[in-house]
Amino acid sequence: MAEFRMPSLGADMDAGVLLEWLVRPGDTVRKGDVVAVVDTSKAAIEVECFTSGTVERLLVEPGTRVPVGAPLATIAAAEGEPAEVPPVPAAPPAAPPVGLPPREPPVGVSPVTSPLVRRLAAERGVDLTAVRGTGPGGRITHADVERHAAAAAAPPPTAPPTAPPPAAPPTPAERRVRASPLARRLAAELGVDLATVQGTGRDGAISADDVRLAAETAPPTRDEGERRRENMRVAIAALMARSKREVPHYYLSETIDLAPAMAWLRERNRALPVPERIVPAVLLLKASARAAARVSEVNGFWQDDRFVPGSGVHLGVAIALRGGGLVAPAIHDADQRDLHDLMATLRDLVTRTRAGRLRGGEMSDPTITISNLGDQGVESIFGVIYPPQVALVGFGRVTDRPWAVDGLLGVRPTVTASLAGDHRATDGATGARYLQALSQLLQTPEEL
Amino acid sequence: MTTYREAMREAIRAAMRADERVFLMGEDVGPYGGTFAVSLGLLEEFGPERIRDTPLSESTFVGAGIGAAMNGMRPIVEVMTVNFSMLALDQIVNNAATLRHMSGNQFGVPLVIRMTTGAGRQLAAQHSHSLEGWYAHIPGLRILAPGTVTDAYGMLAPALADPDPVLIFEHGTLYNLDGELDDQTAVDIDSAAVRRPGRDVTLIAYGGTLGTALTAAEQLSGDGVEAEVIDLRTLRPLDDETVMGSVRRTHRAVIVDEGWRSGSLAAEISARITEQAFYDLDAPVDRVCSAEVPMPYPRHLEQAALPQPDDVVAAVARMTG
Amino acid sequence: MSVTATNQIAPTGQDGHRRDLLHQMLRIRRFEERCVELYSAEHIRGFMHLYIGEEAVATGVMPALTPQDAVVSTYREHGHALARGVTAEAVMAEMFGKVTGCSLGRGGSMHLFDAATRFYGGNAIVGGGLPLAVGLALADRMRDRQGVTACFFGDGAVAEGEFHESLNLATLWRLPVLFCCENNLYAMGTRIDRAQASTDLTGRAASYGLEATSVDGMDVLAVETAARSATEAIRDDGRPRFLEFRTYRYRAHSMYDPDRYRDKAEIEAWRERDPIDALVRHMREAGELTDRDLSGLEADVDAEIDAAIAAAHAAAYEPVEDLTRFVYAEVSP
Repeated sequence: MAEFRMPSLGADMDAGVLLEWLVRPGDTVRKGDVVAVVDTSKAAIEVECFTSGTVERLLVEPGTRVPVGAPLATIAAAEGEPAEVPPVPAAPPAAPPVGLPPREPPVGVSPVTSPLVRRLAAERGVDLTAVRGTGPGGRITHADVERHAAAAAAPPPTAPPTAPPPAAPPTPAERRVRASPLARRLAAELGVDLATVQGTGRDGAISADDVRLAAETAPPTRDEGERRRENMRVAIAALMARSKREVPHYYLSETIDLAPAMAWLRERNRALPVPERIVPAVLLLKASARAAARVSEVNGFWQDDRFVPGSGVHLGVAIALRGGGLVAPAIHDADQRDLHDLMATLRDLVTRTRAGRLRGGEMSDPTITISNLGDQGVESIFGVIYPPQVALVGFGRVTDRPWAVDGLLGVRPTVTASLAGDHRATDGATGARYLQALSQLLQTPEEL
Repeated sequence: MTTYREAMREAIRAAMRADERVFLMGEDVGPYGGTFAVSLGLLEEFGPERIRDTPLSESTFVGAGIGAAMNGMRPIVEVMTVNFSMLALDQIVNNAATLRHMSGNQFGVPLVIRMTTGAGRQLAAQHSHSLEGWYAHIPGLRILAPGTVTDAYGMLAPALADPDPVLIFEHGTLYNLDGELDDQTAVDIDSAAVRRPGRDVTLIAYGGTLGTALTAAEQLSGDGVEAEVIDLRTLRPLDDETVMGSVRRTHRAVIVDEGWRSGSLAAEISARITEQAFYDLDAPVDRVCSAEVPMPYPRHLEQAALPQPDDVVAAVARMTG
Repeated sequence: MSVTATNQIAPTGQDGHRRDLLHQMLRIRRFEERCVELYSAEHIRGFMHLYIGEEAVATGVMPALTPQDAVVSTYREHGHALARGVTAEAVMAEMFGKVTGCSLGRGGSMHLFDAATRFYGGNAIVGGGLPLAVGLALADRMRDRQGVTACFFGDGAVAEGEFHESLNLATLWRLPVLFCCENNLYAMGTRIDRAQASTDLTGRAASYGLEATSVDGMDVLAVETAARSATEAIRDDGRPRFLEFRTYRYRAHSMYDPDRYRDKAEIEAWRERDPIDALVRHMREAGELTDRDLSGLEADVDAEIDAAIAAAHAAAYEPVEDLTRFVYAEVSP
């Protein structure tokens, strides 16, 4: 039995409407007979069959649109006729390329980048030398700058659950500086702020000579720190507004008995010289990291409408800057480090953060963020998640509270830990498991 | 001193003496001596078989050149002007340019087509246009524009040796150009040439506008601006290296092209500069092209329509501030 | 009977001569019938123009040519290529766009080229092949070679300027061109009397001063006789000749043509004069062909085409990396 299929009647035809059958079941047809009329959308065309035999069944009603290749009827082959064209072997994959040598990859010209990217970087307060370019030849792209700027911003210290999200201020409508590409390149190389240069070129554009002149006369530049802080405020505002706009937060909290932990820590520190002593915050970091490894649903990112687990636990540590603003650089694989290492890393990170000397990788890839405002005296934190992460862990101050143990009331050091979770990625039960894990880990500090 | 016309004639003579497969055909190349007298006297030396007058059948005598080239000859086909070559566009674009690729490298077309281009002689709107940029658009062709006496002589031999079709555009105002003919130095048909070195701006020209650019460069020099003048020489394939090398030195570029600016060769070069030398530019690339009108007959209007040295100087002044 | 894949035709008068002509016509027809099927199944794409009904012309003209002669054809050229000796395998692979095709798969149905048989395409601009033929003949003439260039074109080309320019130039310069006009009465969907003020194509050709003859294009023996006579004359005096073959295509102009512009009755009337049927009848009456002979020929042809299709399916495509090769020659002399 053979199938009569919707034929292709032109390179641009992918479907046709069966207009009319010219045969009925039981009719005898010969190869080449016209059996139907098909509308190709360009014209009605009579189509032929390629098999001789008897029409068995008509599979498609007139008026139906069917794709090229779809069966329209079945035809029982006549005696002595092959029912179908003998099968032919499928085409093998194309032969390997011959002859031409491979083309050279383009030569990288980093850190040269486009004027648009430079402008964006200036707006976001991003130092282009610290950005890894992902464009052709390692060029820094628009997206690279955005990513970098986002990484530089940290979650806000506190935000009561009911408080309205901070509104992002409108981006300053900074006027585009008219400067030639060469002038821009030179300005970057010579450290000249184009905003301070007087253009003498066509339509007042800044030329390379204008930049050279400006570099020689070296006008005082604006206060770098002030500008950076302004830019950081803008970046934090944009990121947090986005988080509150896009991320459905839920909040859980748990007050944890720290008596065993504090006792263990006191004992341990006693044996160590002062610089090597470990602060309680490090213990909390380590426990947070271990808990994140255990309840891995909170450790990762929400991307393209799905959760992407982090590869390792990279703790974002919110660090307040002296002049205002925050950054949250990452401590990589925090769950794998011992407390001593963690302490040293944290100290180094705080120092370098406040000096503005973070490395690119530290800025870009935390998988979960920890915000500890204990030293600011608050009791608890309900944080705003730093997208695309899906959770933020908050700690208030370690404080003595009345605490019932084995039916007796005592005074114990406690801390209130909280979890802000992204409800798209996890539900409250998962968050609760996380806080439980955290609490348990802190009961056996010697294992941390 | 030799004229451009004489140089071209001597190049044909030398090629025909060197290779009996070479012959010249076109309208009035025989007893008339060629519309612009390039082939004057060649009939006497080579006879009517090899200096072949054709009927006014541009499509067929260009197509016959293609067929003869595919079948072992090395024809030089003369088309009177680029405007007339429109009648042979089918053969040039659909056959000469496609045959090698379309036939899977079985047939090549080693053909040379010469034609006059350009304005400046008050020949009005059907004999004066610069359409070589159109041909430079076509893969499969090589497009030459000799702008000096030496190139007029030297480019023909490598064009005939090329296994693929080559179009040579002779600007009508150049035939009487006098120059020293250096017929000893080998001339290539691949590269552009720096005709005048300079550090402040690159003027890119070819054929008929080479003189315009050189004149402008002299004027600019008086104003303390040193212009580098590039003669493209080969319009397809373009020599990007020479152009970009110059722009990277001068940081400014003006293209001087007698074609219309819209969709033009000048547009192509400008695009390449922004693609390849953007970060070296200290000013937008500028173009000095013909006014976008059919070329008028009266001298004052024709001159107003054509790129003039003053236009080039003004463009440079705009960008150097 | 063994599978014959050649285009060889025994000399006129010899045993097997008519049998070879029949074989060639069957081969072209069956090849194209299979092409329709393969097109419908999307193995062949682009424009495809069928020669079915016109097989006698290519079959009758090619035996009059020698290997030194050249052939210039149109986009309806499968029959010309097969009859000239381009293998069915190379033509079919070309239709599939495979690298084993006669043009590396780059040309497809409309652009068959083959240097080995001096087959110069496969030209899909109507009239565009005539100047090429003039040039090919000019080169032969200037190099004192004995070749004849056979140039095929349709009645539609007679409306193009290049037809008139080329006949004039070939006659003026006495070039050895055999102009073969396949007059199938339609330029796409426009019937000849709606496009030509005078439909006497032979008379119009003759006005350029060359010998022009009209031939029954549905009679392969008449075609062959006329072609032999014309090529002999060209070889003798070096002047061009013009032959008009009155023929007919049964199929639409291309695969996408609804064929609205002519009556079914007209097609049926021409089918009555089918060149294959006519030759079969003639040979049977002469006692030269039995049913067994005919089915043997059919089997030969089917086997050859089956093999060509299988090979085309199995063949590779040209690597994309080679896309830009051969825009220009890779080796300069």
